[in-house]
Amino acid sequence: MSLLKVSNLTTRFHTRNGVTTAVDDVSFAVERGEILAIVGESGSGKSVTCYSMLGLIPMPPGKIESGSAMFEGRDLLAMSESELRDIRGDEIAMIFQDPMTSLNPFLSIGEQLVEPLIYHRAYSRSEARVRAIELMEECGIVRSAERFDSYPHEFSGGMRQRVMIAMALITEPKLLIADEPTTALDVTIQAQILELVAKLQDSHDLGVIFISHDLAVVKELADRVLVMKQGQVVETNVTQALFSAPQHPYTQELLAAVPKGQKQSNDLTADSILLDVQGLTTTFLDRNSGQRFKAVDDVSFRVQKNEILGLVGESGSGKSTIGRSILKLVEADSGAVIFDQQDLLPLSQRQMVPLRRRMQMIFQDPYASLNPRMTVFDTLAEPLLYHGLATRKNVEGKVLELMDDVGLDRRAIKKYPHEFSGGQRQRIAIGRAIATRPELIIADEPVSALDVTIQKQILDLLVELVKKHNLTMLFVSHDLSVVRALCDRVMVIQHGKLIEFESTEQLWKAPQQQYTRDLLSAIPQID
Amino acid sequence: MLRFIGLRLLQAIPVLFTVITATFFLIRQAPGGPFDAEKPVIPAVKRALEAKYNLDLPMWQQYTNYLGDLLRGDMGPSFKYPGWAVHDLIISGLPATAELAFYALMVAIVIGVLAGVSAALKPNTARDYVPMSLAMIGICMPTFLLGPLLVLIFGFWLDWLPISGWGDLPGDKILPSFTLGAAYAAYVARLTRGGMLEIMSQDYIRTARAKGLPEHIVVIKHALRGGLIPTIAFLGPAFAGLLAGSFVVETIFQIPGLGRFYVQAAFNRDYTMILGTTIFLSTLIIVFNLLSDLLATWMNPKLRHQMSHRSGGQS
Repeated sequence: MSLLKVSNLTTRFHTRNGVTTAVDDVSFAVERGEILAIVGESGSGKSVTCYSMLGLIPMPPGKIESGSAMFEGRDLLAMSESELRDIRGDEIAMIFQDPMTSLNPFLSIGEQLVEPLIYHRAYSRSEARVRAIELMEECGIVRSAERFDSYPHEFSGGMRQRVMIAMALITEPKLLIADEPTTALDVTIQAQILELVAKLQDSHDLGVIFISHDLAVVKELADRVLVMKQGQVVETNVTQALFSAPQHPYTQELLAAVPKGQKQSNDLTADSILLDVQGLTTTFLDRNSGQRFKAVDDVSFRVQKNEILGLVGESGSGKSTIGRSILKLVEADSGAVIFDQQDLLPLSQRQMVPLRRRMQMIFQDPYASLNPRMTVFDTLAEPLLYHGLATRKNVEGKVLELMDDVGLDRRAIKKYPHEFSGGQRQRIAIGRAIATRPELIIADEPVSALDVTIQKQILDLLVELVKKHNLTMLFVSHDLSVVRALCDRVMVIQHGKLIEFESTEQLWKAPQQQYTRDLLSAIPQID
Repeated sequence: MLRFIGLRLLQAIPVLFTVITATFFLIRQAPGGPFDAEKPVIPAVKRALEAKYNLDLPMWQQYTNYLGDLLRGDMGPSFKYPGWAVHDLIISGLPATAELAFYALMVAIVIGVLAGVSAALKPNTARDYVPMSLAMIGICMPTFLLGPLLVLIFGFWLDWLPISGWGDLPGDKILPSFTLGAAYAAYVARLTRGGMLEIMSQDYIRTARAKGLPEHIVVIKHALRGGLIPTIAFLGPAFAGLLAGSFVVETIFQIPGLGRFYVQAAFNRDYTMILGTTIFLSTLIIVFNLLSDLLATWMNPKLRHQMSHRSGGQS
């Protein structure tokens, strides 16, 4: 008997805008000691499938229309809320994507850890504390007895995810559902967490459902893979077979979209320097200690015309701050940023205006960086009019040209951002950035929030635009596979310092620094 | 922590100084004085009275004298109640007013928090709409209308409760407390609903449910701490408002409190009494704002940590 056998599960959401089928006749099984991965893009129903079984979707509007989910011979879908509650967090536990928001900031780590033992197993507080400290240790939290009474904000993202894992495993569950548990983490931390999940799965003989959009991660971890699209299972197979011989066209498309390969560097002539950054240092006030810390620490580099220069590092390394300091979105403390023979740092905001036309920025989150009350036309026309590149009369034509450039349907000109998908919104943001015919674009994680197939389309678009408009791009990213496929040269940033700067080819072939080697070896590989 | 409190108290000094100065000069701009009555007083008598209370001195001198007395803790004599010092009058009226304000605050918290939480747990249903509509009416309805209305219903028609007095008959404190607390209950309900709605949609509530915790634990232990922070931040200003705004209720229900002195003092041009009460209430407002800020800060572990860290103490 399988540990969990889901048959013909269908979940629909009944909203004012009609009925959507989030999970459509899904069947699968998980065995003891097996890791089953469910992959798919956002909205494919992979999370809703698991939440439906555990009664964690909001009902209404959600409704489980049909199906069964037999967990050790008992149907989860036929259980009352209180029966299901006894299983949740006891025999079936979950970990979630974002460890920053999934732990209660108002309760201490210890308090949250012991809850499942107290409510499911009637442990006394002191017994539960002993067990929790043991498990924290096992999950790699050092000095766990001291940290028992700490609050979530005193932990890093990776440590919080370890706490989440300890919390899930504290009742020795039989099934662990991990919903994108490493998506919000840096690549080196991701590697550690994946290793921990694999180790614990083995030692506790857990069944695991691992929900992910990252095929490379899945390939390293899972025994079997289930591919979902629009609520349906399109393909399921053992991992090796699925990756070597994908059957369904959608699986093939997903695999093809994974960034791979390495860009062949253009021949760059040394005399074509567009941007010369010298000794850039930016400090921030640390509210906790009251001292200033260096987010960017004496960074110098030169960007050549028409290159795509990658800037990689983990979160908090200062890579975004470098981009923002160059554009004077944050004030640098010292150094020089020389663009077209002019140092930008001493310039006033007013003096920057003509230069801003020539240097633009694309941000990570296309949901947050577009004004929700401006149509596509408003968004794209604004920079054109502001910098005097169009008149009221001819602006509409220019906006339409821009929309063609970034692959947006001309008929969408009067639509608002919420009417677009994430990928289309990023196209609008790119359109806004290239509207002023800039020479330099600073792209800050422009594809991190996007699904892999959309990510590929946006990256292709960026490459095309760089060629067509002779752009130079500083590409800030934590995703080394993307950087490798896109960039001519790469800078590695750690703790605000530039530690390695090489051509992409050279960096992957012979990384000089230990940190770079760690970063590169932590990337899950698909081929 | 101590530094934070000290800093806030230092900030209060210019605020209080401004209040004192503005009040001092404004009331003297109002036509008439403390010794003008319907029946004109003989000029010689009036002059003598004014001389007795130093009202014949130049304005700036009266002002500096007053400030000097105040620094020594003396709010001066009342002009209208001969033989009474202002601070004695305040102390005599304070217990009733403070008690009334406290009960009204309890009414506001209990009703407001219960209604707000209940509404937030079932948003956009009858359990949300009905209390929230009542809350809107509560906010809109002035005290001078609600008071007599409650008296009419519970005092005359149903004959359940006494209609006036304070501590003379059993149950005579109920109607005034509800009358004064109603509007604040409505504010608290709306704030609590907003706070709870935001918290209930957080990821960590999903985590709590995924742990299989009973729903009342999820709400009380996991959601309420965060959800009540806006409400708690509001309680300081609310309590101050209750103290200062109690005069209407005190008048309706014949309660011998501070509010009545305050209003009468204004009519009587009882300069020292107006000033004294104003300073007293301003100080209370500042203190209660500080207290509720401290409480709201303390409830957030992150801010608690920062606050103790900045002043170099231990959390």
